[in-house]
Amino acid sequence: MTEAATALKTTPLHALHVELGARMVPFAGYDMPVQYPLGILKEHQHTREKAGLFDVSHMGQVRLTGDDPAAALETLVPGDIKGLAQGRMRYTLFLNEQGGILDDLMVTNAGDHLFLVVNAACKEQDVAHLREKLAGKAEVELLDDLALMALQGPAAASVMARFVPEAATMKFMSYLSATFNGVPVILTRSGYTGEDGYEISCDKADAEAIARALLGEAEVEAIGLGARDSLRLEAGLCLYGHDIDTTTTPVEAALEWTLPKRRRAEGGFPGYAIIHRQLTEGASRRRVGIQPEGRQPARDHTEIQDASGTRIGEITSGGFGPTAGAPVAMGYVDTANSAIDTPLALIVRGKPLPARVAATPFVPQRYYRG
Amino acid sequence: MTVKYTKDHEWVRVEGDVGTVGVTDFAQSQLGDVVFVELPEAGRKLEQGKEAAVVESVKAASDVYAPVSGTVLEANQALVDDPAMVNSAAETDGWFFKLTLSDLSQLDALMDEAAYKAFVEESH
Repeated sequence: MTEAATALKTTPLHALHVELGARMVPFAGYDMPVQYPLGILKEHQHTREKAGLFDVSHMGQVRLTGDDPAAALETLVPGDIKGLAQGRMRYTLFLNEQGGILDDLMVTNAGDHLFLVVNAACKEQDVAHLREKLAGKAEVELLDDLALMALQGPAAASVMARFVPEAATMKFMSYLSATFNGVPVILTRSGYTGEDGYEISCDKADAEAIARALLGEAEVEAIGLGARDSLRLEAGLCLYGHDIDTTTTPVEAALEWTLPKRRRAEGGFPGYAIIHRQLTEGASRRRVGIQPEGRQPARDHTEIQDASGTRIGEITSGGFGPTAGAPVAMGYVDTANSAIDTPLALIVRGKPLPARVAATPFVPQRYYRG
Repeated sequence: MTVKYTKDHEWVRVEGDVGTVGVTDFAQSQLGDVVFVELPEAGRKLEQGKEAAVVESVKAASDVYAPVSGTVLEANQALVDDPAMVNSAAETDGWFFKLTLSDLSQLDALMDEAAYKAFVEESH
């Protein structure tokens, strides 16, 4: 083992991944399973057809408490947190003063606190950011004694109901405190695949037993980070550090739906002036879905040209969509070239690959709306 | 007939001065599910160790290098139509292209099957 490998952190399911024959790779400082013996393509298809279990324990789980943690958090994100009903969750963004995205996150109103799930690579800086900006207004606790798993796919609900019957009627983007085989879990009906499913937060010590119980169900296979990436790309979901980062605003990233009317009118979040202006006047570039013609994938950092050969942007996520049965991508283009069906050329190994701007998601989302 | 292997995990099967080139079973297992191949056109001159073809898996794109110098005779159209053959038949039906070798002595420096097996075991 190399020195770099010994410095990697592990999740509570690490031994299980190795036992299952996973290929482990470094990801955000953790030794994580990129794929199991099934392989990325079949893992992807299995998740779309039945159910997949993902270890996402590397992600940051954060508890925010205080007199009014929702009001405090609204000073850092553009989402409607005050209006979030108890037991409901929402996707939002940490912004910097330029309106750039510091991280994307899920916020749940858990009654006596807010429960945040943030990206693995950003969690230390997110916690530092929260502690600095919300000093005196909210207490911030990184819950690093917890594990996090995701059960995703059309069979996720029937599988979960065998252990947590009340999970079956949970609505998309809701939260439930429950018991799974006698141990406490927090379930949210959410995920990162475009499929119905749950994220399961539990004590680290209970994670392996829960994972083994779920993998013991006929419909469930262990799924690695490789398929997690192709699943989210087909679903049109952004990957932080690729599709969104500190240089992209929510307007440029086509995430206007995260900017509710009240916050657009009132402001009170970082970068408001820039974002307000972009909402009114438009931004110069926009994140779009991109459909290459033929079967050749175009990867991130691929140059995008317009019909006349002028550079107009870059791909930020690209690969092969196993369910789409075709290459799929997303990236930024000049706003003038962002309309659906606009012809593009992707410069792959020096040659122009014809493509067009496409609607996302590339495969229909199948969330449970009740 | 001789089969030789490179450190970049290509194989070349030589009959007379014609070589058939592909990637090894070990290479396909490392690549994962292959979804696209780009093969050289007939007539293209290839130089030993230089880029000859591209293989794209779900994960990433990888170059395939010419194990020997020569002129491309034929690319495997069946592989273009069904790139997953790289995974299912890497060292048989999943060949990439055939070429006429320009310097048969280049084969001497390549590994035979036993040497390649030992190379894979010690480096992975």
